[in-house]
Amino acid sequence: MTGWSARGRTSLVGRLLGRFISQSKTFAGIIVWVGIGIVLTIVVLAIFAPFLAPFDPNTKVATEETPPGGPFLMGTDRSGQDVLSRIIWGARVPLAIVAVATTISLVIGLPIGLLSGFVGGRLDRILVLVMDSIYAFPGLLLAIAIAAIIGRGVLNVSFAVAVVYIPTYFRVIRNHVASVKQEPYVEAAVALGMSKRRIIGRYVLPNVAQSVPVIFSVNAADSVLTEAGLTFLGLGLPPGIPDWGFDISLNWQRFDSAWWATFYPGLFILILTTALTFVGEGLNDILNPLLRKKEYKAAAET
Amino acid sequence: MTPLLQTKSLSVTFETSEGLVHAVQDVDLTIEAGTTVGLVGESGCGKSTLGRAILRLFPENAKVTGSVFFDGKDLSALSAKEMRDLRGRNIAMIFQDPMTRLDPLMRIRDQFLETIRAHDPTVETRGAEQRALKVLADVRVPSDRMGMYPHELSGGMRQRIMIALCLLFNPALLIADEPTTALDVILEAQILQLLQSIMGRYNMAVLLITHNLGLVAEFADRVSVMYAGHIAEEGATVPLFREPRHPYTQGLLRSVIDLDTETLYSILLSSLRKTDGCV
Repeated sequence: MTGWSARGRTSLVGRLLGRFISQSKTFAGIIVWVGIGIVLTIVVLAIFAPFLAPFDPNTKVATEETPPGGPFLMGTDRSGQDVLSRIIWGARVPLAIVAVATTISLVIGLPIGLLSGFVGGRLDRILVLVMDSIYAFPGLLLAIAIAAIIGRGVLNVSFAVAVVYIPTYFRVIRNHVASVKQEPYVEAAVALGMSKRRIIGRYVLPNVAQSVPVIFSVNAADSVLTEAGLTFLGLGLPPGIPDWGFDISLNWQRFDSAWWATFYPGLFILILTTALTFVGEGLNDILNPLLRKKEYKAAAET
Repeated sequence: MTPLLQTKSLSVTFETSEGLVHAVQDVDLTIEAGTTVGLVGESGCGKSTLGRAILRLFPENAKVTGSVFFDGKDLSALSAKEMRDLRGRNIAMIFQDPMTRLDPLMRIRDQFLETIRAHDPTVETRGAEQRALKVLADVRVPSDRMGMYPHELSGGMRQRIMIALCLLFNPALLIADEPTTALDVILEAQILQLLQSIMGRYNMAVLLITHNLGLVAEFADRVSVMYAGHIAEEGATVPLFREPRHPYTQGLLRSVIDLDTETLYSILLSSLRKTDGCV
């Protein structure tokens, strides 16, 4: 058989993945792998919490505010609960909310952005106005307002967080689509009789898809903070569920005498946010051809 | 016998912030089946716009009046869906810049499959591939190019592939908008000879839009000279080139580089005003 048939159709995901793997030994690639490693570790902690946590997170296991050491690696909080166990259990809620929220905003923001950028005209102007209004609003404030309206629960909080990040997808995708639809190959496809749907799905989407993983991980990093902010303020979750933001709000007033009960949950929020930012920034370097070109240029000049 | 394509007082105006641009004005153009019609004129005279007007490939600020008859059918009466089906199937178009006309992320094979599926959604992959291979052979592109991406191919190769994409459904008319302007002289001759041989085999008419008078003289049966949105002069190629009647045509012919060339000083009339008078 002739050689070409062996090189089958590459899927969109396969293409992005291939580009990513081929770059995995560059600085950006290493950063991505470190980020992914940390996130996966936290995911494993959350999934296997019942086996990994040394104590039950909601029972009093020692005197209040025992300093770190002995059986209590990170000490105990003001209710005498083990901080480490609460952190391990507490990873579940932020991870679930971040995963659901960023997925919701992707599923809503991406198609609206495609439509708005491709169709243009009045629809585009209205959507841009709506999205810019959301974007202009401080994210945490907006999430608080929505969470206050729709009430408690993991799904509700996810939705509140998702609304904050829909505009970031919308703006990036919409602007990218508006430029890709002017490309000569799109006009050529129209001249060959392609329908609008086929052009959006087969020609425009693959050419703008490279932005998606980057927005996804950057948004995920940011939404960890939004989620922690919400639960810190006591919004969103029913009481009794361990959560990093919630634990900080329980203990921060006692920071002077028992710093560990506030410090360790905060540290984990920081670690998860940084890891997700690593993934996002690294992917941005790998997937954005403009940045890569600059790198080549710099390398050629030295 | 009805001509294959006939435009009747076709006009295209664009609404811009500076006013209406009359890009094409009252153009009557006739193309008989199986013939080559050359459309010549300087840059900005509206010849590419006219080509796009036939296929209704327009941004939203364009206003088209007049009518286009294809095979006796009024194209302006077609719905968007009927028009879409006609593109690529009955009338196809190739462009000036083959380097940017193929989706950079799609293998050549997929470009063919997408085009075939657009008109024939139920087609089997294997059958579609066979059709693609057949037209590729007709434009003399080796079959191993099927697995490549556009950036792996030269400009001439890409233009051949564009032509092959147009041939898939055996259209009766091919609009070739400066098909060789981006290519060098040798490739230009190759591509045009290829077009000629294909015309015969596929019984296809070609509207050759170009500013290259030499090409028109060599390949076209009839010529329309376009100036400032109007057709200045129209006729069979040989008599028109021998005895041009319109002063613009005379000037255009004199401007062809010869050993002692006079230069054509033409004023590109602003399309913002509707022009009457000698054009």
